[in-house]
Amino acid sequence: MIKIAIVGFGIVGRSFAELLLRKRETLAKRIGEFEVVLVADSKSAMYGEFDLREAIEIKKKSGRLKYDAKAVELLQELDYDVLVECTPTRIDGGEGVEHMRIALSSGAHVVTSNKSIVAAFRELEELAEKKGVRLMYEATVGAAIPVIRTIRGYLSTFTITGLAGVLNGTCNYILTRMEDEGLSYEHVLREAIELGIAEADPSYDVEGIDAAIKLVILANTIGIDARFEDVERRGISFLTPEAFKAASEKGYTIRLVAEAGDSLSVRPRLVRKGHPLATRGTMNVIVLHTEEAGSISLAGRGAGGVETASAMLSDLVAIYDSSR
Amino acid sequence: MTVVVELEDKPGQLLRVLEPISKLGGNIVGIVHQRGRKTPLNRVPVEITLRIDARRVGELVERLEEKVIVRSVDEVTMLESTFLLLIGHIIHTDLSDTITRVDSSDAECVEIFVSMPRRSEASTALLTIAARSKEALSIAVARLKEVCARKGIEVIDPIDGDFV
Repeated sequence: MIKIAIVGFGIVGRSFAELLLRKRETLAKRIGEFEVVLVADSKSAMYGEFDLREAIEIKKKSGRLKYDAKAVELLQELDYDVLVECTPTRIDGGEGVEHMRIALSSGAHVVTSNKSIVAAFRELEELAEKKGVRLMYEATVGAAIPVIRTIRGYLSTFTITGLAGVLNGTCNYILTRMEDEGLSYEHVLREAIELGIAEADPSYDVEGIDAAIKLVILANTIGIDARFEDVERRGISFLTPEAFKAASEKGYTIRLVAEAGDSLSVRPRLVRKGHPLATRGTMNVIVLHTEEAGSISLAGRGAGGVETASAMLSDLVAIYDSSR
Repeated sequence: MTVVVELEDKPGQLLRVLEPISKLGGNIVGIVHQRGRKTPLNRVPVEITLRIDARRVGELVERLEEKVIVRSVDEVTMLESTFLLLIGHIIHTDLSDTITRVDSSDAECVEIFVSMPRRSEASTALLTIAARSKEALSIAVARLKEVCARKGIEVIDPIDGDFV
């Protein structure tokens, strides 16, 4: 019996729980019997014998779970085989990294969507290795786009010399609208906030912070020992409609491109129309440069609760598939 | 560089030009016979574009002149070019100074389009830089970025390479 602990019970955590319920039978055939022994958010939890369906409903209705509890304490006390960590990203690591540290130290696998791992990537990787467990983080970059798995699995015998990506859907939506309609940045940003594509405080996205964090995760995955501070970063707020018009006359557009190679950068770049990176709307793209096979592109939706949860479910299955 | 020579219209003439180029380590990029522009003496102008170490250009021209009529030598052939977008107060921060910083014997700003939406608002410029080599181009771009950073102008450069 695989015992699963879910910490972080927002949209992603709940989507994951719902997937477990919906796919229970097919999952059981793949990885064997499993049960969720803990769900927790920032201040409350349910654990032991409980109904997962009920937990989802309670959280949806009341915004919290049954009992006042701290996940940090429960993770130390309870017995579980895998932690599914989906608390919000904090650039300093925060509680998310603490949860993962506790789980790995106690010999549990970790599956996460939490980009906080950027603050302690090497430490967590080494801890997992030492304990003989897995740290799976496909969901941290590009939601369900299988980029981490592709790098670590299929491309593990290739030499990856660098990568470039459009890693933030919010920015890409804004840039696509500016390009199509000749609108100002401010105008499109307001529109994006109303649509719920951008946060009320959009700085995390539009200043390239989110893209830079994902870039660092990808860079580490291809073997570059990088930290967030190493990324040269420039956001998109200075862009003008005239810039798109001028670029267009040469057959180019402008995209917020995250690039890792000799150096790390996230900044608006000119991209030829028709190039994989000239993707539109909220889509994400990652182009991996290999010595053997040139460039390999992966594209798909960059965000979403179910998309992200699906990546974590795939990670979970990968852990147990490979060890059976 | 580009050399235009006049060759007699009979077999084997081109070889007289190619030999010295090859001996001096030059690499021919293109050859155009301008048959339609034969001279009154029935010679054909031939335009040869080649890459060669800048220090050997003098010697090459001397050797060519021994064998054929050299009509013109254009030492700086811009083989590499890129364009960049500049956003900011481009005009009021001395545009001509910005451009002059890029120009050198190996690279120059060859084209610029500026659009100014409204006074006091940021302008946008599309700037094309041509250079003799990739290295010269990246030096020129770095120089432009440096001067723009000082002037508070944003620079957007293309992603490297076309890997489609």
